[in-house]
Amino acid sequence: MIWETIRLALLALRRNKLRSALTMLGIVIGVAAVIAMVTVGQGSSRSVAASVESLGTNVLSIRPGGRGFGPGPGSSQPARPFTLRDADALADLAVVQQVSPTVSSTQTVVAGSENLSASVTGATSGYLDVNGWTILRGRGFNSAEDRSGASVCIIGMTIQQTLFGTSDPIGQSLRVGKVSCEVIGLLQAKGAGTFGQDQDEIVLMPIRTVQRRMLGSDNVSSISVALAPEVSSQRGAREIEALLRDRRRISGNEANDFNISDRAQIAEVLSGINSVLTGMLSSVAAVSLLVGGIGIMNIMLVSVTERTREIGIRLAVGAEASQVLTQFLVEAVVLSLVGGIIGVIFGLALAFGASLFMAIPFAPQVYVVVLAFAFSALIGVIFGFFPARKAARLDPIDALRHE
Amino acid sequence: MAGSLPKSGTPLIQLSAVSRVYGTGETEVRALDRTDLVIEKGEFVAIMGPSGSGKSTAMNIIGLLDRPTSGRYLFNGTEVQDLDRDRRALLRRHFLGFVFQGFNLLPRTSALENVELPLIYKGMPRQERIERARQALRKVGLDGREDHDPSQLSGGQQQRVAIARALVGAPMVILADEPTGNLDSHRSHEIMRLLQELNREDGITIVMVTHEDDIAAYARRLILFADGRIRSDSLQPERSPA
Ligand SMILES: Nc1ncnc2c1ncn2[C@@H]1O[C@H](COP(=O)(O)OP(=O)(O)OP(=O)(O)O)[C@@H](O)[C@H]1O
Ligand SMILES: [Mg+2]
Repeated sequence: MIWETIRLALLALRRNKLRSALTMLGIVIGVAAVIAMVTVGQGSSRSVAASVESLGTNVLSIRPGGRGFGPGPGSSQPARPFTLRDADALADLAVVQQVSPTVSSTQTVVAGSENLSASVTGATSGYLDVNGWTILRGRGFNSAEDRSGASVCIIGMTIQQTLFGTSDPIGQSLRVGKVSCEVIGLLQAKGAGTFGQDQDEIVLMPIRTVQRRMLGSDNVSSISVALAPEVSSQRGAREIEALLRDRRRISGNEANDFNISDRAQIAEVLSGINSVLTGMLSSVAAVSLLVGGIGIMNIMLVSVTERTREIGIRLAVGAEASQVLTQFLVEAVVLSLVGGIIGVIFGLALAFGASLFMAIPFAPQVYVVVLAFAFSALIGVIFGFFPARKAARLDPIDALRHE
Repeated sequence: MAGSLPKSGTPLIQLSAVSRVYGTGETEVRALDRTDLVIEKGEFVAIMGPSGSGKSTAMNIIGLLDRPTSGRYLFNGTEVQDLDRDRRALLRRHFLGFVFQGFNLLPRTSALENVELPLIYKGMPRQERIERARQALRKVGLDGREDHDPSQLSGGQQQRVAIARALVGAPMVILADEPTGNLDSHRSHEIMRLLQELNREDGITIVMVTHEDDIAAYARRLILFADGRIRSDSLQPERSPA
């Protein structure tokens, strides 16, 4: 009998194709929105997680200046910069495995007839390890180049593709601002970073070279520190803080004029923000699913009124109240389930497109799909019940007489 | 009482002092007033009377679509006046067929599916249903029109579909409230010959309301209603099929 009822419901829905389609639209949009939100949200948190991993673990970043961002207490006087001597001192700490002092400068990079504007990072040999880069071709800086201000550079994949296309860059000459250098290494591509920026648009030069020949100063703008294995970031930060306070002669109760941040922590905060956003957008989408359900109820109520005479005929030929109830309930559930199926397909397609566009992994979630089905069936039952009960309670004579 | 018919066992329909009152107090309408009526199996009864005299009210009670306010109703020997909705639905499903003035076919639904409808609620398998519905349509002379919508059929054809729907479940009685009310004279007589045939050849009891003498003439028994009561009840020479 239930199959018969489902068949009847499908027939009734087919008799009114346009209305059925419009009714489903609400559910389709709701389900598609939820599916797309959750899938894209999941994809972007995976991409955050991946970029956290690419940072390498246990890396602390140290910058001059007070805590927090923007102007605040203590920012009235310019923060004292770091120098390479600070980096050397940090390297001598037992908790530190490697240091990577950097400076950066935006320069026009030219090779042959091609050019582009890129951020040039002055770095030491520790940079690659600390930041999780690997050399694809050529080599990194050697310790002589580290301190000598040699005219050599290492480039990222984007630079390679823009300036050299498919030809081998190693040994080629590159002009960075006013400085000429020889390309000694090509970095393995990393892709988009946490903020969606292109990490491969990178030019590395020995820090001395950038300091002397581009910036004209001995300052170091930040120092990244890879901690030794087994050293917690808390302990590392504590020892680094103590050393720097001592070197910078900050007395007992004075605030630090530098700050130490744990990049893994930043990434965690980011992924937290990401999941809050995903949650919020998904709840908005869920509300639209609810609105879709109310749409179903509305149409089913209209349908019951419009089909009063049909209901009367069914009752006259011997339909029981429960059979009329089931018929209308099944109609509502079929509507919302079919809407759910279309919504899932549509939502996944949408998420796939968005993932491509945002360059994040496409991460469909089986549980969300299952949940969306279950939820749309539930919506059909909940919002179909009231109209169905109304239909089942009609008086046969009144229903037959209905114009 | 029209007591001259041979009585074979229990009467099919037996109303005893049945009243049906609509509304209360000032607005009270006594549509049926302590009516007694006995209809035997196999009868062909025509009910006539002025508008508002309670004919449809009586038909609805006989057809178990409505319940009497007071009085007893024995259907095939069983008391049915106090049955609940679903029990009455079951009796309608298995023993009753209806033909209405306004045809009351499902719109946008083929003739075949309209005729199938009662069988669906009987829980009959699909193949058998289709077979029976085809037979019923053949019986009313509509073979070849199985796939037509009501909108593609004339009034007379629609009423024949309705008759096919009423007879497809092999009911004991067909109740027809003004079955020819919306039809011209020619079609009306076609419908009446069909009902007469069902009564004679298949032994289906027929109770029919009409306003026209020449339609009532097809029945063997004529009951006249006035003010919610039976004014006269008489046998009449049956009109021979033309
Ligand atoms: N649902 C109702 N509510 C109130 N009064 C009703 C209702 N149905 C019928 N009546 C009243 O009951 C009386 C009998 O009505 P009924 O429909 O049985 O008449 P009828 O003999 O079939 O008339 P007609 O020949 O016009 O069809 C009428 O006075 C009518 O107004
Ligand atoms: Mg009437």
